[in-house]
Amino acid sequence: MGERFCVSAPPHIKSKYDARYIMHQVSIALIPPTVAGIVFFGGRAILVLLISVLSSIFWERIILKIKGEKRPLDGSEIVTGLLLGLNLSPLVPWWIPVIGTFVAIVLAKELFGGLGFNIFNPALIARAFLLVSWPMEMTTWMSPFNGITQATPLTLLKLQHSYTPYINLFLGNRGGCIGETSVLALLIGAGYLFYRGVIDWKIPIPYVLTVGVLALIFKQDPLFHIMTGGLILGAFFMATDYTTTPITKCGRVIFGISCGVITILIRLFGGYPEGVSFSILFMNAMTPLLDRWTIPKPFGYKTFGRNV
Amino acid sequence: MKRLLRPLINGILRENPILVLMIGLCPTLAVSNAAINGIYMGLAATFVLVGSNFIISIIRKIVPDQIRIPIFITIIATFVTIVDMVMHAFVPDMYKILGIFIPLIVVNCIILGRAEAFAYHYGVIESIGDGIGMGLGFTIILVVLGGIRELLGNGTLFGLQVMPPAYKPVLLMILPPGAFLTIGFLQAIQRYRGGGG
Repeated sequence: MGERFCVSAPPHIKSKYDARYIMHQVSIALIPPTVAGIVFFGGRAILVLLISVLSSIFWERIILKIKGEKRPLDGSEIVTGLLLGLNLSPLVPWWIPVIGTFVAIVLAKELFGGLGFNIFNPALIARAFLLVSWPMEMTTWMSPFNGITQATPLTLLKLQHSYTPYINLFLGNRGGCIGETSVLALLIGAGYLFYRGVIDWKIPIPYVLTVGVLALIFKQDPLFHIMTGGLILGAFFMATDYTTTPITKCGRVIFGISCGVITILIRLFGGYPEGVSFSILFMNAMTPLLDRWTIPKPFGYKTFGRNV
Repeated sequence: MKRLLRPLINGILRENPILVLMIGLCPTLAVSNAAINGIYMGLAATFVLVGSNFIISIIRKIVPDQIRIPIFITIIATFVTIVDMVMHAFVPDMYKILGIFIPLIVVNCIILGRAEAFAYHYGVIESIGDGIGMGLGFTIILVVLGGIRELLGNGTLFGLQVMPPAYKPVLLMILPPGAFLTIGFLQAIQRYRGGGG
């Protein structure tokens, strides 16, 4: 399989960064947000995450059996299951993660040819599928510790124009998906991925900055918009997926900025209170185009005939 | 009889307009959110298809090659107008649901495609067979597609409650993405069976 992925001229370097290694690193980086989610939302969160990961492994095994492929699981299904679980409200019924992981693993990933061939981020496809299909179940949030249903800060902003205090946003003491609430825990995980060199700054940082700057332009509180919703989770863990984002440097920056623009547009003018998942999915679809437009020019290369 | 049956069966299975030829997808995706829509839409298209194939195969020898498309369109439009008025008069509810897609049968690529590719080159009997086959192929897929989407997305089939009350409908299935998903699966099944594609 290796030879087919040589995309640039030699020399090449052999590195330890194979799919399994990267997936393990991402799983490790997802531990802090997972722990934070369990601390804030308790047993319900453990249940949702557990069902999510287990059913994810289950579907992966089933589909591999049907496809007749005998390859070992590479850990990506655990990451997908965990990411989907972190993207769900702690109050979802048990069958939501089961159907969600079916959509993620079977529809969004394996039917397109498996890891590396999927055009959309599987976890986000599953989330979008669930959100469109069962809007009631997917948007019943609970307030941390006590289990009372509560709206997310973005819904509160959209409906009542009330802001949630920064400290609650930063630590995660607010309503929302299991894994998106605690900015602190997410940043610890993201910092680990940066340290390991699994993700680079070119997508998440422009993404987050664009959201901040646009919030400022539209006379909103930029810090609030950065820390709320799924932005940190989406920017550092979803928009950095290797398969579904551009490979060129310039393309990655454009990807990040565009995601930010779409997120803010949906948040401020769209029907949904949150736009992170839809913005990333939309830009996933643009990825082949961005890759084609931003092919770097080799050193000394000249185009004859016309100026480019 | 064989001249009638061969193109007829061909249209239903081996050259199914939706699954194999991949034409006429626009009304297919748009009106297939309930099984009953599929029957009316499919029968309307079948009627137009048989009628236009019949007339075109009769006059194909005297139609000048350069202006055949406008002539086809005129013939097709005549039949569409008939269907449009009949449905408006007798099934007004269904007419409201199908709405713009009834007049749009005029530009349905199955009908113009069959006129151009089949009826213009073959005799009357074969053309009628082709019209019936293609029309039935279209209708069957519309009903299957509509049935799957209605069952999953609404819990009903032909308007009757099928799923238990505890079933939470998959809303996505009766929205446009559900049409694309389902038709993708149907096409995959067709290819898996080795039915062309």
